[in-house]
Amino acid sequence: MNKNKSEYLINRKDNQYEVVIGLEVHAQVTSQSKLFSTSATKFGAEPNTQVSLVDAAFPGMLPVINEFCVKQAIKTGIGLNAKINKRSVFDRKNYFYADLPQGYQISQFKDPIVGEGKVILDMPDGQKEVGIERLHLEQDAGKSIHDLDPQNTFVDLNRSGVALMEIVSKPDLRSPDEVSVYIKKLRSIMRYLGTCDGNMQEGSLRADVNVSVRSKGSKEFGTRCEIKNVNSIKFMQMAIEYEANRQVDLLEEGKLVDQETRLFDTKKNETRSMRSKEDAHDYRYFPDPDLLPLEVSDDFVNKIKTDIPELPDDKKKRFIDEFKLKPYEANILVSDIDTAKYFEEVVAKMGKNKDIKLAVNWITGELFAILNNKNLEISQSPISAKNLAILVNLIKNGTISGKIAKTVFELMMDGDKDPQKIVEEKGLKQQSDPKALEALIDKIINDNRDKAVEYKQGKEKLFGFFVGQAMKASGGKANPQLINEILKKKL
Amino acid sequence: MSDITKQSLSELVKNIKDKKLSSEEVTKAFINRSEKSKKLNAYITENYSSALQKAKEFDQKPNLDLKLPGIPMAVKDLFCTQNIRTTAGSKILNNFVPSYESTVTKNIWNEGAILLGKLNCDEFAMGSSNETSFFGNVQNPIDKDLVPGGSSGGSASAVAGQLTPITIGTDTGGSIRQPASFTGTVGLKPTYGSCSRYGIVAFASSLDQAGPMAQNVKDCALLQEVISTYDPKDSTSIDFKRNNYSKELTYNIKGKKIGIPKEYRVDGMPHEIEELWQKGIQYVKDCGAEIVDISLPHTSYALPTYYIVAPAEASSNLARYDGVKYGFRAKGENLIDMYEKTRSEGFGAEVQRRIMIGTYVLSSGYYDAYYLKAQKVRKLIKNDFDEVFNKVDAILTPSTPSSAFKIGEKKDDPVSMYLNDIFTVPVNLAGLPGISIPAGHDTKGYPLGLQIIGKAFDEQNILNIAYAMEEKINFKNKITDWWIK
Repeated sequence: MNKNKSEYLINRKDNQYEVVIGLEVHAQVTSQSKLFSTSATKFGAEPNTQVSLVDAAFPGMLPVINEFCVKQAIKTGIGLNAKINKRSVFDRKNYFYADLPQGYQISQFKDPIVGEGKVILDMPDGQKEVGIERLHLEQDAGKSIHDLDPQNTFVDLNRSGVALMEIVSKPDLRSPDEVSVYIKKLRSIMRYLGTCDGNMQEGSLRADVNVSVRSKGSKEFGTRCEIKNVNSIKFMQMAIEYEANRQVDLLEEGKLVDQETRLFDTKKNETRSMRSKEDAHDYRYFPDPDLLPLEVSDDFVNKIKTDIPELPDDKKKRFIDEFKLKPYEANILVSDIDTAKYFEEVVAKMGKNKDIKLAVNWITGELFAILNNKNLEISQSPISAKNLAILVNLIKNGTISGKIAKTVFELMMDGDKDPQKIVEEKGLKQQSDPKALEALIDKIINDNRDKAVEYKQGKEKLFGFFVGQAMKASGGKANPQLINEILKKKL
Repeated sequence: MSDITKQSLSELVKNIKDKKLSSEEVTKAFINRSEKSKKLNAYITENYSSALQKAKEFDQKPNLDLKLPGIPMAVKDLFCTQNIRTTAGSKILNNFVPSYESTVTKNIWNEGAILLGKLNCDEFAMGSSNETSFFGNVQNPIDKDLVPGGSSGGSASAVAGQLTPITIGTDTGGSIRQPASFTGTVGLKPTYGSCSRYGIVAFASSLDQAGPMAQNVKDCALLQEVISTYDPKDSTSIDFKRNNYSKELTYNIKGKKIGIPKEYRVDGMPHEIEELWQKGIQYVKDCGAEIVDISLPHTSYALPTYYIVAPAEASSNLARYDGVKYGFRAKGENLIDMYEKTRSEGFGAEVQRRIMIGTYVLSSGYYDAYYLKAQKVRKLIKNDFDEVFNKVDAILTPSTPSSAFKIGEKKDDPVSMYLNDIFTVPVNLAGLPGISIPAGHDTKGYPLGLQIIGKAFDEQNILNIAYAMEEKINFKNKITDWWIK
């Protein structure tokens, strides 16, 4: 067994292999218009309705950089604790394809806009730092559609020219789980910043996954394979698992791993060769003469810095310090910006005498459960933060019991009703008047004299029977703590 | 007025403003002469009926405050013109009709000019003789079977032959100045960034620049004034203070320091060129300017540098002509086959040659040795000029190493053809303005040009020097109308 429980190793007879993973994440920049043209970028529009003459590469058309996309990239770079390069250069990556109208993609090759940075991952056994190699801006290609017609391929250029950030990690990741946490962390940071919506179903976030294996303890890297364009975390994990085992099998058979580009077949759950190193494209990168080097001033960068919101790592720290949350609770609340927003609103609305722990339990318990059930995002929650805060306060100040609160919570879902009103209308207020409860309990003991005697003789189990009877008689509204106290006294 | 087409732009503008001529009369005159001049093959696409219609419209509501009021003109077929076929002299764009207008031509129409048609040029502006055009070679009005130069050969021929009062060309390595020199006309290549490249079919983006071509310096200055505007649609367009070039034109160049670069005295240069140069030196001296001997030590590397940088950019710029979206498409078995057939059939030999050179110099393993090195040398060439311009205001050189040659003479010898650009190419590499003015004739009676190179954004200065020299030279172009029966 491994000492380190989260260590991911592949075991074969006498050998143990470590997996080394690096990711090239393609994140679509959240922006109204494309990187070098004014066309819209809305997802799901009718094919070829968001295409300008520039996007379709008409003769004499020229790219003009979208300043907003530059800001978004710099913002993301700041969020990744990375070096912002004040001078960067756009290059042409030349290749022919039907959905690449210019015959080249404008990208950044030698001089990216963002340099080295880092991301902190919260793993079950502690924090792990993953290095960022670089972030650069580039154009997306169009989309070839092969299955609409048996003879022809159709091309949709809506995506052509949309701004992407390619975020390249160092080969610091060691397991599918770390990859999952890494992607989620990147997505979280970008969603906090508003620079990428992180929607993997719509292709806003996808990755090329570089995988190699080496004997445990070895310092040398093995030969890597690049798995192209994987568009879900689950598929990334499956692809890595398959690919790592494939490479280990090769090494175990005394064979070598070929450096190549591979594709992940989601149906067969396997990777297969797309092209070998020998067949690799010669992209003939060179600086795009239509664009001058991109130069940004300190002022420009500093202005963006003042625009950076509190990011997940800082927010987590604050939640722990300020609200005395446990790290794992804080993690759950900060990982998604909307959850964090919701939580903070609940806290704000609870006022002075607040029970934050109780609020966290209700959010991560009842609320998450119904969101999950109904397949909703927290931003679409049927219960507003304000009303959840009122509910938690009602429990805290003893107006209702936790049990009744669950009933109230159910009723709140219908049109985000005020829990206070529900309690009043349905008469669900907790019975906490000791005299009334004493009278109620006296009656129960009177009606069940035989059981009371049995209890006194030592049948302690019967205590629960009396509690149950009392609750039943009060319609569930009796304060359970008081019931306990009175029963103990009277029996 | 029977000799409308012999009038300069300035005369035409004056006559229209004084209501001595209508736009319709002027337009008709140039259409008539153009129609009689089909032999020159200067036009690729004629726009006569629409031009006449526009001229009539102008006359009904004449706006005489414009700089080109109702002036008809034809333009090089490298400028995209809305709803009018734009071919770049290539089969691959034979059927291409843009839905948009280039900024430079838009500026011209906004000042009241009227489009007569689209002028022949070398395919994608790649050539020095107009022989690479898919639409056939162009005749030089100077003499039968003489090339007009290139790539703006149709433009030069049309101006010299008075088919259009003025025109615009583009100049990547000499494509305005060399044909101007070959046809006895004036051609200005402005500073890189002076005229917008938006809507001009690209050849080599870091070198391409549009510019005016005319019968005289003043017309050239006026046209430059119209076409040079800052354009946010071109990221390499430069926002600098532009002069009213024609208004600020002056003969007074007294005290200007004119540099004579010794490296431009190339081996095998005809004696006539040397004599012309000496004559030019005397003219500027006569105007009161001072001659300074200078050195541009990296001149001999300019041509090889150019023939790496320009094809490299072209190989990428021309990748968009793939048969997928517009233009010519050949039938193919599959995508790759369609690409290969489209581009093999759609591009001519010279274009294919340059695409291959460009692809080669950018390919991995060769990039550092060719492209990167060429970029470094380009910087050195630019530094040469920067250095020299600390000492002089302008540089005087011949425009070309020879006068116009015969059609077919250099067709199969690309290197000899490329050598034609030896004096013009360094100017593009350094992004500077250069103007060619006719300065004399060789023994065959063919025109010869002199080039004045200026500091960046100093068009006014070289126009002034050209203006002063023009007066002294008093050049008369020998146009016999041999092509009109």
